[in-house]
Amino acid sequence: MLANRAALVALIILVIIVLVSLLAPLYASHVAHTNPFTSNVQGSIVVDGKKVDVMQQSATGLGVTPIGPTWHSRYFLGADGQGRDVMARVLYGGRVSLLIGSVSAAICCFVATALGIIAGYMGGLVDGILSRLFDVVWAFPVYLLAICLSIVLLTSTLTIGPISIGSGSLALPIAIISVIYVPYVARPIRAQVKSLRERMFIQAARSVGSSNWRIIRRDVLPNVLPSVIVYFPIMMALNILIAASLSFLGVGVQPPRAAWGTIINDGLPLLYTRPLVSLAPGVMIALTCVALNLLGDSLRDALDPGSKVRVGS
Amino acid sequence: MRRVAHRTRLYSSSVVLTAAAMALAACSSTGSTAGSSGSTSSGANVSGSAFQAQHKGGTLTMLANGGGGTLDPQINYTNTFWQLYQNTYDGLLKFRRGVSGAASEEVVPDLATAMPKVTNSRKTYTFTLRKGIKFSNGSPVTVDDVLATFQRLFKVSSPTAGSWYAQIVGADACLKTPATCTLKGGVVVNPKTNEVQFNLTSPNPEFKYQLAVPFTVILPKSAPAKDAGDTPIPTTGPYKFVSYDPSSELVMVRNPYFHEWSHAAQPQGYPDKMIYKFTLDAEAEVSAVENGSADWMFDPPPADRLNEIGTKYPKQVHINPQLAFWYVPMNVNIPPFNNVKARQAVNWAIDRAAVVSLYGGTKVGSPVCTILPPNFPGHADSCQYTKGGGTTWKAPDVAKAKKLVEESGTKGQQVTIVSQSDSVNKSIGEYLQSVLTEIGYKASLKTLSENIEFTYIQNTKHKVQISLTQWYEDYPAASDFLNVLLGCSDFHPGSDSSVNIAGFCDKSIDAKMQTAEALMGTNPDAGNKMWGQIDQDIMKLAPVAPLFTPNLVDFVSSRVGNYVYSNVFFMNQDQLWVK
Repeated sequence: MLANRAALVALIILVIIVLVSLLAPLYASHVAHTNPFTSNVQGSIVVDGKKVDVMQQSATGLGVTPIGPTWHSRYFLGADGQGRDVMARVLYGGRVSLLIGSVSAAICCFVATALGIIAGYMGGLVDGILSRLFDVVWAFPVYLLAICLSIVLLTSTLTIGPISIGSGSLALPIAIISVIYVPYVARPIRAQVKSLRERMFIQAARSVGSSNWRIIRRDVLPNVLPSVIVYFPIMMALNILIAASLSFLGVGVQPPRAAWGTIINDGLPLLYTRPLVSLAPGVMIALTCVALNLLGDSLRDALDPGSKVRVGS
Repeated sequence: MRRVAHRTRLYSSSVVLTAAAMALAACSSTGSTAGSSGSTSSGANVSGSAFQAQHKGGTLTMLANGGGGTLDPQINYTNTFWQLYQNTYDGLLKFRRGVSGAASEEVVPDLATAMPKVTNSRKTYTFTLRKGIKFSNGSPVTVDDVLATFQRLFKVSSPTAGSWYAQIVGADACLKTPATCTLKGGVVVNPKTNEVQFNLTSPNPEFKYQLAVPFTVILPKSAPAKDAGDTPIPTTGPYKFVSYDPSSELVMVRNPYFHEWSHAAQPQGYPDKMIYKFTLDAEAEVSAVENGSADWMFDPPPADRLNEIGTKYPKQVHINPQLAFWYVPMNVNIPPFNNVKARQAVNWAIDRAAVVSLYGGTKVGSPVCTILPPNFPGHADSCQYTKGGGTTWKAPDVAKAKKLVEESGTKGQQVTIVSQSDSVNKSIGEYLQSVLTEIGYKASLKTLSENIEFTYIQNTKHKVQISLTQWYEDYPAASDFLNVLLGCSDFHPGSDSSVNIAGFCDKSIDAKMQTAEALMGTNPDAGNKMWGQIDQDIMKLAPVAPLFTPNLVDFVSSRVGNYVYSNVFFMNQDQLWVK
């Protein structure tokens, strides 16, 4: 994999993004000297020896524009509509977006693998029910389904058995995004397991009296795991995108939390005067997703060069 | 910054039911409302000048980011179309047209020859219908049309039929079985004398206003007893609708049967044709008006274009105060805001100037400390929660707010603010979240689509602690703010229609409100003074935190002249010169 230069560059970019995101609190407190979650509408800073309002009233009195990039430690990329430091929020946004992307990808891959294996291995009625379930979830337009779920859940608490998720919790977008892409991973896993089930080594294991659980654990799972590993970064990229989209639409991460999608949304009313507010998180999303996709491709080549895992539906 | 596109407020029946008699001259005597304060309202018309024939003609092109829904004037309750109905339809009475400022709040006779004779202890109103007026289909306007109009109001379940017009004799039966509504004994017409008599079950001091809004414009008796939808109903005003496609455009041309019978109520219009296009978003609308391909945009210019239009096109920008306020209702029945000190703390902590900044700057909003907006009947300058004291807003006192939170014993409690999800509301909501966190609460923000937020925050089932909302006048009467928003009878637990969002019910203040309403019927000046005092009494208990009163920004093309702004129904579109 290391021979693959693109993958190496992708990995480096990804590591840098993860690191700077993790260091966001240090940047906010020691470099930008700001709290990126509180409004600073009436605040001012000193730039090049001059005191400058963070929110600048126009000379005509019509319109108030946040300070633009100072290229200094404070307000490096300027302020958003609340007078908050955009650079600090983009870094904090990375923490949230990466967290949602990785956790939801992990949950999605775990659930999809389990269901795909059960459906593919058990066959018959179980396969029929699970496959139709995948069809139903997959038949829904992904964004519409996510938006509907988000709107319903945003006004109330989601309770599943002993688990209760508050309306402002990060667990909410994670739960939603995890669910909607399960068929995306589960269907190819199921197909792979159906194929494996007919292979000689599985038949042999059955003939010597191995239990289904043992066969799945010892023979099926190790064979589908490379596919799941390849899927993980791809799903993470997809989930970061969908999380950003949901947040952009106002139904994902809720303010004042910063996620890349919410920051793009925050910058929407400022596109004409302060495009960097939206552009900066947009660039971060693009970089992260390209890096993850390149990494996924490289993993596929490295782990299973013979396979042709088809991504997409 | 945005203009309220839909009149979401539902007027409470209690206002009407509890209203005491008011002399018909009551409101006009209180008219101290400021006129157009546009930065460059060069064409502002305060006196209602005579028609200038040299400017007659041309096509006025208007833009909005979507149609206003049904074209039926007895059903539509949006600012988009209420503005249009002013130059297409007429009622027996009308708010004065062609003038700006306080004069535009005066109710004048329109299809009626004069203001009504009020008799029977202010329970009977008698009008005489003008003769010689025709609908745009050529049929004459008769008293039968007037009767049919009021019957239809109930048959189509007009939004305020059960509140504003429930006092008409026979209305109760109409509300129960709209299809068979006759209003027998309530609306009595005499074709020989052309008289129309309204009989009420009890005096209603606001009845004249309720006869001057689009719900009671006179329609032909042949109008369908159901929502006319996109099909135009014949008009009486200077223009008629010829086509309407909500996804595309609305076209109006001159009504060939119109003649000017009252310059005050329905002056002749200037453009020959008016086209309302619904296909562009606000950004594109600004560009269209800038380059002259359109003459006016309904939607407020986006915040990031305000500076541009204010700098490059100052002569085309008109800024007018609105009789409205943005405010923060606090639920007085659940923690932490069931504690008066907690509510007062919020009032002390909010920096109104910061909120005005978030709204778009000092030209588009002004901080307020009272519930009644400045220049509104009953308003008295007072500011109980400003650093250093005084009658106008100066600065917040966060230290005092923190102390009050400590004293209230509510510090550290979870508080969720509910606001709409559009950029301006969300922005102010985020600011409030920041303020509440600063004074000691664990605050979070829940943003909801504007389609559901207003009803969501009203329903006590949702246990909303604090929210952000707005209130725009229906007509200039103090009760439209104080009684509607904070009267006991407008608090309906468990209902989506409980505009007393704070759930505030103070019996002594309620009694004062009844007295003030009664006083308005006999001594409006004393009545309004009392309303001002009630405003201050309520603010001592702080069930709400008033934030600011908004201004409306109208952006017109360079060729437009004769800009006239009505305090009640905004810019007079048909009075614009495009030639």
